[in-house]
Amino acid sequence: MFFKNTYNELLKIAYKPRSYIGIGGITIIFSLILFALKLDGQFYISIITGQFEQSLSFEGNILNGNLIAFIILQMLIIHVPLLIAFVTGDMISGESAMGTIRLLATKPISRSNILLSKFLASCVYTLIVIICLIIMSLVLGKLLFGNGDLIVLKSEGLIVFQEQDIIWRFFYGFLIAFLSLVTVATLSLTLSCFSENSIGPIVSTMGIILLFTIIGTLEVPVFDNIKPFLFTTHMAAWRYFFDDPLSISQIIYSIAILVAHILFLLCVALYKFNKKDILS
Amino acid sequence: MDNNFKIVEVNGLVKNYGNFCAVKNVSFDVYRGDVFGFLGPNGAGKSTTLRTILSLIRPSSGVIKLFNKDLHTHRNFILSKIGCIVEKPDFYKYLSAEKNLEIFARISGISVNKKKIHEVIEFVGLKGREKHKLSGFSHGMKQRLGIAQTLIHNPELIILDEPTTGLDPQGIIDIRNLILQLKNEQGKTVVLSSHILSEIELIANRMIIINKGETVVQGNVAHLLSSQELIVSFTIDNVEEAKKILYKSQFANQIESFSATTILFHTSKQSIPQINKLLCDYNILISSIETKRKLEDYFLKLITN
Repeated sequence: MFFKNTYNELLKIAYKPRSYIGIGGITIIFSLILFALKLDGQFYISIITGQFEQSLSFEGNILNGNLIAFIILQMLIIHVPLLIAFVTGDMISGESAMGTIRLLATKPISRSNILLSKFLASCVYTLIVIICLIIMSLVLGKLLFGNGDLIVLKSEGLIVFQEQDIIWRFFYGFLIAFLSLVTVATLSLTLSCFSENSIGPIVSTMGIILLFTIIGTLEVPVFDNIKPFLFTTHMAAWRYFFDDPLSISQIIYSIAILVAHILFLLCVALYKFNKKDILS
Repeated sequence: MDNNFKIVEVNGLVKNYGNFCAVKNVSFDVYRGDVFGFLGPNGAGKSTTLRTILSLIRPSSGVIKLFNKDLHTHRNFILSKIGCIVEKPDFYKYLSAEKNLEIFARISGISVNKKKIHEVIEFVGLKGREKHKLSGFSHGMKQRLGIAQTLIHNPELIILDEPTTGLDPQGIIDIRNLILQLKNEQGKTVVLSSHILSEIELIANRMIIINKGETVVQGNVAHLLSSQELIVSFTIDNVEEAKKILYKSQFANQIESFSATTILFHTSKQSIPQINKLLCDYNILISSIETKRKLEDYFLKLITN
């Protein structure tokens, strides 16, 4: 019954027009970025390389598909969570608003299974969004800008990754990005259990991300103790794969924090959804 | 089929919302083959009781058994044998009728094929609309699709909460006929809540009336109503003459009121032919004899008391 309902949830996502807003949004945003970089990319690159002109000389195709994918991944924390929450924040509250939750909850499937199948469908949707992200950034980037070594600007200087040493870093980077977006999806799904309309969970999810991001960037000592435990701190954990050498302990810690958030939020959602009187 | 088998057993059901008690110690049984009417004014606790039976609401206390099994411990088994509409039939507007039924059939506990889906769509009179999106459906069409959804997994018990709300007169008749068809042709047990008293009177064999969360009365509809006096209206040609005759007769104390052409009696079923004969004997022409809606009167009397 769990997989049957997951299939149902995927069907609903596939037929719901709002599901395509996220994917359409990614296509538009990234098309604009690719277009802008195609036109003014060399200028953008010269700003970065200009700082090192005295000591280094750069040869080859610096503005390549790998750099494009890296730039696009940086934007992950800003736009994509909103696009994910737009669909997952509607999973329970949308059913309440439509009234279909009454029918769903009177079928021979436990409420836990209803929620977990919605969670699994949210993960599949997030995966599809990530695949779109990969196509738009890495695949299209390489087609338009070609291949080459990746130059990453860090606070301690420049790191150059050889062309053949990059793909696996992106693979794991996108996996961590997937995990951080699943955390956002779980947050909005959980908030969705507390609401009878779709807007509330979406706005609340973005509000929480914004608040946590502000706390994370504020250089106030009182927040230093909580920063390592905020999921937003670890949404950029994919960048650890572009460190040399790799900080395995940091990566594991970030994964643990994200997974802990997912599990905690799922438990809250399960408790709330199972206890809820359906009055809509 | 054992018609003494209790399909639904509700004992001492209580539901509190904070300090407000929506359902107070309600108990009733529904037997196999019953069309069980659930009556009560707005806010009486009908929907809360039905939602509790469907596990949409958790009871504060009380025992609910369906098919001789406890709802709390055998929820999925019980729900696989129930089809329901709770208040209004809401569906996914962006999906077609067929797709909506497919989605609900998939999680109804049995394997359902397209043939079965088309059969139930045809049964509720929506043939040709299978591929149409719900956003273009009228309320009546959604109500029919709601009934199709309740039947898709061939349930033993059908629970319909206010199934005729918002329907036009033809829609009400259609839904009523569908319910009777389900009982008579398919032997389904139906629990039906409604505001429309004549509807319950016409199709239910047993009923419960609740008010302010409490049971007012329950039992066999025919027995409950036969114990009541009828309001009978005689339309005649000469009311003044009839007055004189009737005031001298044994029916004098049964006269309720007069108008220009009618006399209203509060009387028993057996007295109707006797009054008719008396008036005919005095050459008073009778153009019609009507009995007023019994249940409405009975219901209002109970609720007012």
